[in-house]
Amino acid sequence: MSTPAAAPRYRGPTAVGDDFRRLVNLTTTLAANDFKLRFFGSALGYLWSLMRPLLLFGVLYFVFTEVVRFGAGVEYYPVYLLAAIVLFTFFAEATSRGVTSLIERETLLRKIRFPRMVVPLSVVLHALFNLGLNLIVVFGFVLASGIAPRWSWLMMIPLVLILVLLSTGTTMLLSALFVRYRDVQPIWEVVLQILFYASPVIYVTSTLPDNIEREAMVSPITAVLTEMRHVLIDPSAPTAAEAIGGGVRLLIPLGLTLAVFALGAWVFAREAPRIAEDL
Amino acid sequence: MSVTTPQLGQARQQRLSAAPLAVDAQRVSKAFRLPHQRYSTLKERALHPFASSSYDTLQALADVSCEIRSGEFYGIVGRNGSGKSTLLKCIAGIYAIDAGTLEVSGRLSPFIELGVGFNPDLTARDNVLVNAIMLGLSRREAKRRFDEIIAFAELEDFVDLKLKNYSSGMSIRLGFSVAIQVDAEILLVDEVLAVGDASFQRKCYDEFGRMRDDGKTIVFVTHDMSAVERFCDRAMLIEKGRLLEIGDPDHISTRYTEVNFGYLPGSDDPGHEGRPEEARVRSVWTENADGERILSAVQGETCRICMEVEFKADVPQPVFSVTLRNDVRHVIYIPSSLQHGPVEPFRAGDRAIVRLGFQNWLAPSRYTLTPAVSTWDPDYRVIDQREDHASLIIDAPIRSGGVADLPTELEVERL
Repeated sequence: MSTPAAAPRYRGPTAVGDDFRRLVNLTTTLAANDFKLRFFGSALGYLWSLMRPLLLFGVLYFVFTEVVRFGAGVEYYPVYLLAAIVLFTFFAEATSRGVTSLIERETLLRKIRFPRMVVPLSVVLHALFNLGLNLIVVFGFVLASGIAPRWSWLMMIPLVLILVLLSTGTTMLLSALFVRYRDVQPIWEVVLQILFYASPVIYVTSTLPDNIEREAMVSPITAVLTEMRHVLIDPSAPTAAEAIGGGVRLLIPLGLTLAVFALGAWVFAREAPRIAEDL
Repeated sequence: MSVTTPQLGQARQQRLSAAPLAVDAQRVSKAFRLPHQRYSTLKERALHPFASSSYDTLQALADVSCEIRSGEFYGIVGRNGSGKSTLLKCIAGIYAIDAGTLEVSGRLSPFIELGVGFNPDLTARDNVLVNAIMLGLSRREAKRRFDEIIAFAELEDFVDLKLKNYSSGMSIRLGFSVAIQVDAEILLVDEVLAVGDASFQRKCYDEFGRMRDDGKTIVFVTHDMSAVERFCDRAMLIEKGRLLEIGDPDHISTRYTEVNFGYLPGSDDPGHEGRPEEARVRSVWTENADGERILSAVQGETCRICMEVEFKADVPQPVFSVTLRNDVRHVIYIPSSLQHGPVEPFRAGDRAIVRLGFQNWLAPSRYTLTPAVSTWDPDYRVIDQREDHASLIIDAPIRSGGVADLPTELEVERL
């Protein structure tokens, strides 16, 4: 605020820019617009953003409770499955749409000066809108299956924040790399598939052998989902700290999240000045 | 439209020469890397780890310096690919520069094109709000100015229509209306006047005049020499990324023509099969019946298209003509001295101003003017021709749909 307006300065394109309000304004505007346009023209409109995780849930629920009896012995397995799908979908949606986001915003990037970070951030925010809608459904299911509301539900907020941090870092990293290397996209599709099965979405970590469980918990997604099971669904389920074998070891998934975010921010900031011409 | 009288012009020039710098570019260079073969996949990169270092460099700007004063209307002129848009994008902060310094003082409009990011699936209302926020207004400000924007674009009846149902002219009007609401001290404009219909273009010109009078700095990239001569205080000519000259608009306009048609000093004259230069159209403009220079003419009034010609050799039977093309590039009318038979011969070194007057019954549109000097020698042969060297806007109260609205006699015989 105190910088003198007359001070001459050159403002080339940067990741964050010098006007934070503009960054926030643009991010929310683009995200809100994408949200509006996403299911534009389809008969069910916004309902589709709810339908997709629900349909996936339906399929997986049928397969793993009726066909292979996977969820037997897990308390409230269907509710856990749904909540895990919704959280994982957030990460998958934010990152997979994030990869191509800079290319899709090409005209804006080439014609207007604005903080480049707006583009990946708006993708994550859009995914966050969808997550918000989906979580309403999740809480409906939780209540309907007879789980009483608890204060520990508030822990969902920091858990979602960790996922947001992870998604934002990944999206910044991938979108900046995709401008140069177009095969980032197919690679990331495969990685997401692997992550889906590597994360406790259709199973829970407590069913894994102890040594594998500890190693699996290194993944931030796994840690978040495990903690989610404890705070949201089943208080008797192990916390993330118990699953990884000690609270101090939780620093590994947390540190990993921060590392991904820092790496993404660094790569993005480095690429930002030249994104417009490399597109 | 503000007409700068000589006295006013002088006062303005004096004020400008004392004004602080709005844009100070010193020895700015910008190169684009164009790889011979794009190694854009990881596999290729892994297979050819060293090959990717071979690329061509396109020097889009080389050592360009310019000082634009606060309140100045500054033209950047050059051919396609000369680097003028790159320079504008560097000033706008869309491209990072490689070398040199570039300092901008004052709030800069962050865009160089109209209607960027318009989404065809959204209504005009949504698009205006998004676009205004993109261009730097706050959400509240965008909402507050919404009515003003729509009123300027004259699109009150179509606010809730999706943009894909808009004509291209309507979208441009909307884009321009948003753009002028952006609270900037320095405006960057890239070829904005080449679009839209005649009456809206007039409005754009008026708006430019108003901004100029308000003391805004406007940096203006164009091909249209008549607009440069009309509006700009100074202009800069660049060619192949190099600054050729900075000077007053009339001079730059002449130089642009020289560059455009290969009369670069020291270079050969490619378009004339080795024939020495015989005559040159130095400039072209339009006058009304009172001899005042105009950019837009009202239908029905007398209109004169004028050109200044300089003869470099004896031309016994010159023919002067101007080709008028409308906005869809159809040749509509070619006023020519041919209708009046042979013109007096000219000798080397002679100069002349030729005025081709006509009763203006052209349909409202934007016309480009291509002046030409030809001769019978012994066959008809063009000596010098300047493609689209100026433009003229025709205003009319009624749009008939034809290319000309000749006065029509009406007789209705009731039976």
